[in-house]
Formats: sequence, structure tokens, C-alpha cells
Amino acid sequence: MSATPQTMQGIPQAVDYIRILPEIVLSVFGMIIMLIDPILDQKQSQKTIGVIALWGALAALAATVYQAQYPGMAFWSMVQVDSFSIFFHFLVAAITFVVVLTSFEYMAVQEIRAGEYYGLLLFGAVGMSLMSSAMELVLVFIALEISSISTYILAGFRRRSAISSESSLKYFLLGSFATAFFLYGVALMFGATGSTSINEIAEFLRPGQPSVLAYVGVAFIFVGLGFKVAAAPFHIWTPDVYEGAPSPIVGFMSTGPKAAVFAVLLRIMFQANAPGRLWLIWVVAALSMTLGNLGALVQTNVKRLLAYSSIAHAGYLLVAFAALPNPGIPAAMFYTASYAAMNVGAFAVVSHFGGAGERYVNLEDYAGLGRRSPLLAAILTIFLLSLIGIPITGGFFAKFYVFSAALQANLVGLTIIGVLNSAVGAYYYLRIIVVMYMRDEREEISVAPIPFGLGAALAISLAATIYLGVLPGRVLDYASRSVADLVH
Amino acid sequence: MNSASLDNWILTLVTFIPLAGGLLLMLFPRRDRDIRVFALVVSLLTFIVSLHLPVHFHRTQPGFQFEINSQWISSPNIHYHMAIDGISMWLVVLTTFLTPLCVLISWKSIHERVKEFFILLLILETAMIGVFTSLDLFLFYFFWEATLIPMALLIGMYGHGRKVYAAIKFFLYTMIASMFMLAAILWLYAKVGSFDFVVIQEAIRSGRVENFSAAALWLFLGFFIAFAVKVPLFPFHTWLPDAHVEAPTAGSVLLAGVMLKMGTYGMLRFNLGLFPEESRHNANWIMILALIGIIYGALVAMVQPNMKKLIAYSSISHLGFAVLGIFSFTQAGLDGATYIMLAHGVATGGLFMLAGILYERRHTYDIVEFGGLATPMPAYASFFLFIVLASVGLPLLNGFIGEFLVLSGAFQARAIYGILAATGVIWSACYLLWMYQRVFFGKVKHEINLSLPDLTGREHAALWPAAAMALLMGVAPLLWLNTIDAAVHNVLTPVAQLASKVVGQ
Repeated sequence: MSATPQTMQGIPQAVDYIRILPEIVLSVFGMIIMLIDPILDQKQSQKTIGVIALWGALAALAATVYQAQYPGMAFWSMVQVDSFSIFFHFLVAAITFVVVLTSFEYMAVQEIRAGEYYGLLLFGAVGMSLMSSAMELVLVFIALEISSISTYILAGFRRRSAISSESSLKYFLLGSFATAFFLYGVALMFGATGSTSINEIAEFLRPGQPSVLAYVGVAFIFVGLGFKVAAAPFHIWTPDVYEGAPSPIVGFMSTGPKAAVFAVLLRIMFQANAPGRLWLIWVVAALSMTLGNLGALVQTNVKRLLAYSSIAHAGYLLVAFAALPNPGIPAAMFYTASYAAMNVGAFAVVSHFGGAGERYVNLEDYAGLGRRSPLLAAILTIFLLSLIGIPITGGFFAKFYVFSAALQANLVGLTIIGVLNSAVGAYYYLRIIVVMYMRDEREEISVAPIPFGLGAALAISLAATIYLGVLPGRVLDYASRSVADLVH
Repeated sequence: MNSASLDNWILTLVTFIPLAGGLLLMLFPRRDRDIRVFALVVSLLTFIVSLHLPVHFHRTQPGFQFEINSQWISSPNIHYHMAIDGISMWLVVLTTFLTPLCVLISWKSIHERVKEFFILLLILETAMIGVFTSLDLFLFYFFWEATLIPMALLIGMYGHGRKVYAAIKFFLYTMIASMFMLAAILWLYAKVGSFDFVVIQEAIRSGRVENFSAAALWLFLGFFIAFAVKVPLFPFHTWLPDAHVEAPTAGSVLLAGVMLKMGTYGMLRFNLGLFPEESRHNANWIMILALIGIIYGALVAMVQPNMKKLIAYSSISHLGFAVLGIFSFTQAGLDGATYIMLAHGVATGGLFMLAGILYERRHTYDIVEFGGLATPMPAYASFFLFIVLASVGLPLLNGFIGEFLVLSGAFQARAIYGILAATGVIWSACYLLWMYQRVFFGKVKHEINLSLPDLTGREHAALWPAAAMALLMGVAPLLWLNTIDAAVHNVLTPVAQLASKVVGQ
């Protein structure tokens, strides 16, 4: 509909397919899993299918690296491979890899059928990957739906638990509502600019005063996407959904889809030159930080606490969107990466410790964890310190880049709100550490030894968290290169 | 390796040997004895390696030595910049000197979660050394914050009584205060484009920092409040008694022996170094706060029924001398302040060790529970007397030198301050000797105390170095003072120039 006649005539070349190679790879592996699942014996299939999913994620990583040599447009300018999209493809594939590793043990302990679970994880990753390279709002919508529908189902995977079903249903109903907003916004944008292609919208909007319709369109799109990243005031679903969903999946949905949606937001806000960006972001960022942190203060369930913390982190991240493109875009990208590392890791610990039926997810269950499982407690401590933003963890530089970008754009008020919120945040993360080390357990809850898969997942997240905190330079440099892709 | 190439790496080595030891310790099986021995070996090794610093220090050469400066992160512009001068060198050595003693003193008293204890202790040592060796403000801030977590965990996990309350209070107080310092550091970075102490100092001196004069007071206060809480200066001191009383012995020794000095060191290095003008303008009220601290700390110490709390309040009093000396802006005052930091580390470290030894035997710090201890524990009583006299400031022991210098500096600055501070010396003799009398003299009041065992060999090993050092520092102060003097001269020159400028006008 938006593509020009000449490009429409062309037949996709081989290079076009390379430019969606990670998506193809993930889909193929997902389909293989769906096909062989019925053939295998249910008891034995868990490991096999998990390993296939692992290879799928690894292959997607390899495909992403390979794809990096072929930047450019594909499929009638609907897909664009640039360093920006590569960054997010890599991130999504890495998150999937680690979440699959975490899930091995979880599947066995919770007695969940593995087939659809791993399949849906990979399909979800397809949608997330596609979101970061889609240049066409309709394609964005399709990718968003692929990823959302997978996560709706995954959220309800603890079938025996009512709270998980509630979580899934709630997520589905509210999520659909939000996607409708997004679609409506796209339609209004089309009305205002005559196109759904991000580049063409940008061309149209660049000169002159944008129409009221364009403002409304941007606002609606933002509502839809704001829901997906759990930004206030569209965050109400988050604690309930996170509480009910399986812990590894919470690790997945709080990082993967979020990273992808932030990628879309970056494209729309910066590349498409969205009107009204500043004030929209300012208000939502301030609200998210404040409501997220205040909400987290009173939680006694660790999953709910981390849910509120993820709202707050969405707020910190949005601060970068209000800044200028040059420090703003790399700051936001760096933040998504380091948030992914620490949060996937934190939920991996939560999922291991929860035990069968996720019984031990309350703060008081963590009492004495430092004594019972010193290694696990130490690792969780590092992730929590990173979430606070203590130096030599990724969380520190993430916050540092975001706030210094905001300061360069003279957003002093927003920065002050952000810094004050970080101080509030320190309190409830520290509370977990205090409980783990300084309270005695009321009942003896045995902690299973760390299995290999989980150990590998924790090692990867830990290494990434520390790496981003000690040598943030390379990732930031790479992210800075994407500025040129987005802003012409 | 010849000494020239070692000079480039020595600070990195000294700083990170304990951390490496701590990480290795994580791999150890939980055999407590091995863990203790290993921790002792690592801390002794660090001490021996750190002796390279005073041995190869060029005493005649002012400024920073053993410098290592290489780019760490390009954006933001952070350098791995470490170096020491005659002041920070001795604080590094003090840290490495006290840590093995802490390992020895915790040998028996820590019997649960032993592995974690020594890991935390070694990580803490790295962080404390890093504070004194860093010249990049970012690096400094990192180490500064990094001391908090292991110390809070040591108090919260291994302390007594209201340990969680004490740990959280300690953490929040110091953390919130250092937020202000972080804000000031970031402001400086935004204007100068570097975290490097030397670069920033240069930029400020040559007036290249825009808007500096408007912001200087706030920046000064940002740094000052972080340091004042750490020292702690009078109205910010309320975390200290709680933290000390509940902390395990090793925690108290390092908290009083080293971490409080991080505050006074910070004032000396950063407040004076970066904001000489503001330091001068604000010296008056700071000196008054220091005086209040000296007298108030001493008076409160006098009425404490709890031995450990008494020593804690005596720290507030003694550190008041150090702050007074620093803001007197006299050569003698700053020399004395630095010397007090070192002497107090040794003497108060010793006092806390002695209190801890008694606690191990009786599980109480209450002075009324004792009396006449000189009869069953003669060796212990002798050590206690020796360290108490050092702390009181008896000539020929280490406390005297620092106090004398600070008092003469304070007299030069303003006679009334000197007079008031001198009463502090008298007070400290009162409360420490009175405490000594109640605990050791007379008849044994409680039956149970008659059977208390005297010092063991391990306890002797922990106390002898402290006592010997107290004596050595008292009789041969020049070993320390000649390097301190040169460094202090360097710190003081810009402040003095400023003063002559003011007078000239």
C-alpha cells in the first residue's frame, strides 16, 4: 500500500531472504519442534526439544552475525537491516538462548509439557526480531502480534495454577485492547501522512507543522506500545501477569518483547520524527519511575516486586527517549541490553528457588538464603546491585548514560526525578539482600543444587552484567553507530 | 622483576591481592581452618607487598608516586589512575597492617559462615585500599561505595543484638550522604570532561571551569557532607555508636581503624585539594563542629556503661582532632591530623580488639560486669593499659604526637580553639582511665571473672604488633612525619597562596 510502484514490481532477491534470515531460522526450528513433539514420548521429549530450541537460538545468533554483512532494505523496503536492527536481533536471540537454558530445570520441576512451550518461545522471538527491522507500520503490527500472542499463551503455561490462567487471560484481554490502540494509531497516521512506511512518514513530517491528526496518531501508537513495555499509566496489568506467569517466562517477557518494542519506539520517535515526542515521553517516564518504585516499596512477593521494578526501569529507559538522538538512542539501547542481562538473571534465580508449583516466591521465603545457598544468594545480590545501579555492574552505566543524555538535553527536572527514584529503588532491592543474609529462616526450605542449564544461564547473565559494567565501551560504540541509521 | 617496573604495578597489586584472595576463597571447601589460614596468608602477603611503598618511596620528591594512568572507558572518560603521596601511602599501609590482625582476632569468634566472613573481609580490604590509591574520581567513588556493602554485611550477618538495624542505619546514612558527592562529581565531569583528580584540579586552578564560582560552595558541601558523615563529624555521628556496638570485632577494628579515616582523608585530598577557597571560607564553622565533636564525644563517652560504646564515642572525639587539624590550615595542624589518623587506627584498633577478646570470654561489654580483672588476666591488663595510655596521648606513645601537633596548629589558627581542644585531651584521660580502673582494679567483683583465662598465643600475636607500633610511632615519629610533611606542604601551598592573596588585598 505504501511502497512505490517500481519496487513493488521487483521479485525478492536472495539477499532479501538473508535480511530476514534470523526470523526464518527461528521459524524453522519452531516448526521442527511442533512437528516432532507429538512423535516423542512425553517424559523423554523435554530434554530433546529443549536442546533443539537451544540450537535454534544459537543458529539465530549466528544468522544475525552473518546478516550483519548485508545491510540494506528488503522486501519492497518493508524490512531494513542496519546496525540498529542487528543489535536488537542479537539481544533477542541471546535472551531466548538464556531463557531456554533456564527453562530446562523449570520444565522438569513444574511438570509442564515442553513441546509448545519451546515452540512458542521461538515464535515469540521471531516476532521480536522482526519488530526491530520492520520499516512498515503494518509489518510492525504483525510482528507485534506474533510476539504478543506467543507470550499470552506462555503466561498461562502453569496450567494447574488458577493464578497463571488469570495472568494469561488478563494479559490477553488488556493486550488485545492495547494492540487495537496501536492499530488505530497507525490508521490515523496513514490518514495524516498518506503512508505507513516509517521513512515516508518521516519525509512527510519533516517540513512544516504536523497536523492534529498526526499528533493523535502518535499518541495512540504510544498508548499501544506503552502498554507492551509496561509504562505507567498503562502498567496496571504488570504485577498480576508477572506474578502468575512461569518465572523463566517473566524473565523473557520483561526483557525480550520490551527490547523489541523499545526498538520500534526508537524508530517511530526518532526515525519517523514523531511530533509531540518530548512532552508525551516526559510525563510517561516520570509517572513510570515514580509509580513503579512506590508500588515496589510495599510488595512482599518477589515476583510482584520485580514487576513493579520493571515498570520503574521502563521509566528510566524512556528518559533517554526525551533526550537528543545522539546520546539518547545509544543510551536507550545500552539500557535495554543491560536490563536484559540483569533481569533474565534475577528471574532465573527466582525460578530455581521457587520450587515445584512456585511455592517460595515471598520475601520471607528468602530469609536465610545466604546460609542455605550462598552461591545463589551471592549471584542474586549482584543482579540486585545492578538493578540499583551500583558501579561495575551494567545497571550503573545504563543509568549513567540515560541521565547524562537527559542532562545534555537540559532535562534537569526529569533527571532529578530519575535520580530520586533510583534512591527509592535502592531501598526495596536492598531489602531482598537484607532478608537473604540477615534474617533467619522460619522453616527449613531446602534449595536444590544448581543444575547445569541454570548454571550456564546464570553464568552468561552474570558475565554480561559485569562486562557491561566494567567495559561498557564496545557496546556503547556499537550502539552509537546506529544513530546514523535512524537519524538522517 | 626490577623495582622500576614493579613501581608501575605495585599499587594495582596491593589493591587487588586481597580481592583475588577473596575470589580464590570462594572455591575453597568449607573447612574452616584452611579458610582462616588462607585468609591470614593473603592478608599478610598484602601487608608485605605494601611495604614496598614506604621502602621505595622517594622522600624528597613531592607529589604523587607509583603512578599508573591508563584509559579504562572512553565514554564516559574514565581512567584507571592510581597514585599515592606521603599521606595516602601510610593509610594504605595502615589498612594492610590492620587486616591480618583482624583475621587473627576473628579466628575463634567467627564460627558460623566462616567462609563468607573472610571473603567479605578481603573484599573490604581491597575497597578500602582502593579509596586511598584512586586518583580518578569515578574510581574513587566506586571504591568508596564498594566499602559499604561488605561492611554492612559484616555488621548485619555477624554482629550482635540489633545488628540488622545497625547495618541498615550505617548503610543508609553513608549511602545517602555520598549521593551528594556523586552529584558534585558528575557536575565536575560535565564541565571538565574528565574524572581525573589532577586534571580537574588543574582546570579549577586555571579558572577554566565555567560557572565554577557560582557552584563552588555547593560542590564543596557535596563532598564535605559525604566525608563528614563518614568521619563522623558532630551532628552526623548517630550511626557510629550503633554500628560499632553491634559489629563483630573485626568490623569495629576496620570501621574505626580505617573507614573513619576515609572521611578525613577525603577532606584533606578533595575538599582542600579541589576547593581551597571554599575550604578557607567555611573553615570556621567546621572547626567549631570539630570542637563540639571533641568535647561532646568525650563527655558522652564518660557516661557510657558499655565498653564498646565508650570506645566508639572516643573515636568521635579523636577524629574531631583530625578535622580540627585539617581546617586549621597550618603545617603542624595538617601533619598532626594525618598522624592522628594513623595513631588512632592503631590504638583504637587495639582497643576494639581488646574489648572483643573480653566479649569472647564473657559475652558482654558492660563495664559493671567486670572489676579486678588484673588479677585473673595480668597480661591482658598490661596490654590494655598500654593501649589506653597510647590512646590518651601519653608522651612517647603514638597518640601524643598527633594531638600535640594539632593543638599547636589550632593555637596558631585561633588560640581559643587550641585551648578548648586541649580540654579534650584531659577528658579523654578521664574517661579511658576511669574505665580502666573500673574494669581492672580492685577486687574481683563477680565470681565468674575469677576463672577467665588470660591471653592465648593467637591473641598475643594479634596484640603485639599493635602495641609495638604504638610505641614505635611514639618514639620515632619522623619515620612517618618526613613523608607526611612533604605531602602536606604540597596540599597546603595553594591554600597558603590564596591566604597571602587575601591578605595582600
